[in-house]
Amino acid sequence: MTTTAVEGVEDAPARRRAPLARRAWLRLTLLITPPMLWLGLAYLGALAALFVTAFWDQDPFTGNTIRHWNLDNFRLLWESEVYRTIAFRTLWIAALVTVVDILIAFPIALYMAKVASPRLQKILVVAVLTPLWASYLVKAYAWRIMLSEKGMMHDVGRALGVDTPGYGLTATVITLAYLWLPYMILPIYAGLERLPDSMLEASADLGARGGHSLRRVVLPVVFPAIVAGSIFTFSLSLGDYITVRIVGGANQMLGNVVYDNIGAANNLPFAAAVATIPVVIMLVYLGAARRTGALDNV
Amino acid sequence: MVISPGFKWVLRIATFVALAVIYVPLLLVVLNSFNASQTFAWPPEDLTLEWWRRAADSTGVRDAVLTSIQVALLATLVALVLGTMAAMALQRYRFFGRDAVSLLIILPIALPGIVTGIALNNAFKTVFGWNLGFITIVVAHATFCIVTVFNNVIARLRRLGMNLEEASADLGAGTFATFRLVTFPMLRSALIAGALLAFALSFDEIIVTTFTAGADQQTLPLWIFNNLFRPNQAPVVNVVAVVLILASVIPIWISQRLAGTTEGLAGR
Repeated sequence: MTTTAVEGVEDAPARRRAPLARRAWLRLTLLITPPMLWLGLAYLGALAALFVTAFWDQDPFTGNTIRHWNLDNFRLLWESEVYRTIAFRTLWIAALVTVVDILIAFPIALYMAKVASPRLQKILVVAVLTPLWASYLVKAYAWRIMLSEKGMMHDVGRALGVDTPGYGLTATVITLAYLWLPYMILPIYAGLERLPDSMLEASADLGARGGHSLRRVVLPVVFPAIVAGSIFTFSLSLGDYITVRIVGGANQMLGNVVYDNIGAANNLPFAAAVATIPVVIMLVYLGAARRTGALDNV
Repeated sequence: MVISPGFKWVLRIATFVALAVIYVPLLLVVLNSFNASQTFAWPPEDLTLEWWRRAADSTGVRDAVLTSIQVALLATLVALVLGTMAAMALQRYRFFGRDAVSLLIILPIALPGIVTGIALNNAFKTVFGWNLGFITIVVAHATFCIVTVFNNVIARLRRLGMNLEEASADLGAGTFATFRLVTFPMLRSALIAGALLAFALSFDEIIVTTFTAGADQQTLPLWIFNNLFRPNQAPVVNVVAVVLILASVIPIWISQRLAGTTEGLAGR
């Protein structure tokens, strides 16, 4: 491992100094070792141990995990119609939630960053932040109550002339998009705030109309921020099993399959195999996100 | 500004409609904490203070709040130490595997909670041979809280540069004296911002907690989940939620006082 201090530190005057100050690699090692023991060894190790069990078996009689290497869990996942449907449904829900959140968050963030007065801006940031402190469960439950047969959405829907979705996948998408919306607004807002007004003015001076400026100047600048927000909306939706239980009716997502196999069925190998699906999806997603520079915006 | 007046109005209306939709469910929770009907009949026919009285008397709620605060404080403390160390290492040094390390720090929060949950559950039980309990919750929470501190500290370090620390070293201060007298005071508000986020993240976490809590430990989200579907308890849950919303004024007030000094993850 080669280490170099960023700049300057090494060429400080040669006076008597402690070994710690002289050796960049020593300081780096002392700094990086504790977090790496925690994340690199314990956390990555735990993930690795989990995925090893995906290649093991469950003893059909005792329910214990037996270390017999095979691909049966993955084969079952691949060949079973039910699990394929659930996997694609989950992916579809996560994607839809992300798109809905982007569409709602962008105008709000643009208004907050570029239209609102500094005073209003502060108030709006607080207004967007506050719901994050209300319990996730209670908010999901509030939607359950609103979407119930005699709930508030029934009245609202009648006034607008539409049917309420009731419990199901639509309700799941609405509730998840509601829960994760602040995670999308805040990075986009932060990204837009960094965009200097002078760039917008320059774009206008050079003859770009509003829509054109938005597409050619604003969007490229906030794109990494949008990707950063989408990491959260996408990943949080991908692993959710609670919201779909509260408002999703009988529908299942991947999280439910994992949860049920851990709990009732006690089949850790199969649960681990199912869990590889969101992990692989997220790793691909993170890899793509890194190219946009989004990870610096997280 | 180049945004046309008409478009400004579109944005203004969109924002306020969206905010209204954001707050309707919260207001409903507030209303239902006074709703005499246990099934939250809409519109409410009668109002009562009964649920507030019951919540105040509930030892279950009090214990759960206490557990959650203890877990969140300890997890935040661990995250502060590890997050700051990782941020200083990654910002100040270029080394092989640096990108991988920064990805690794984000990983616990970027992977779905259920994956982190079952991975840690499995590791605690089979690899370490621990029983699930209070400590396992703290370890699990600290793992995904590191990133909030890390992001705030590294953004601050990036902005500060090294000049003051170099000056301190040139004036003869050792590594630790420089950290204590120069670096730490400059990081303080970033640390507070990161700590608030870490605390919030831990306080509301349920999925990872479900898999890492022992049978005797009940954090507030676990208590809420266990009581949400009980007709007798659901109204009390609403009261707890209202109190949480009201209590959120404190951290938000602190972070507003630090406004302009928080970056990265601004208030995630």
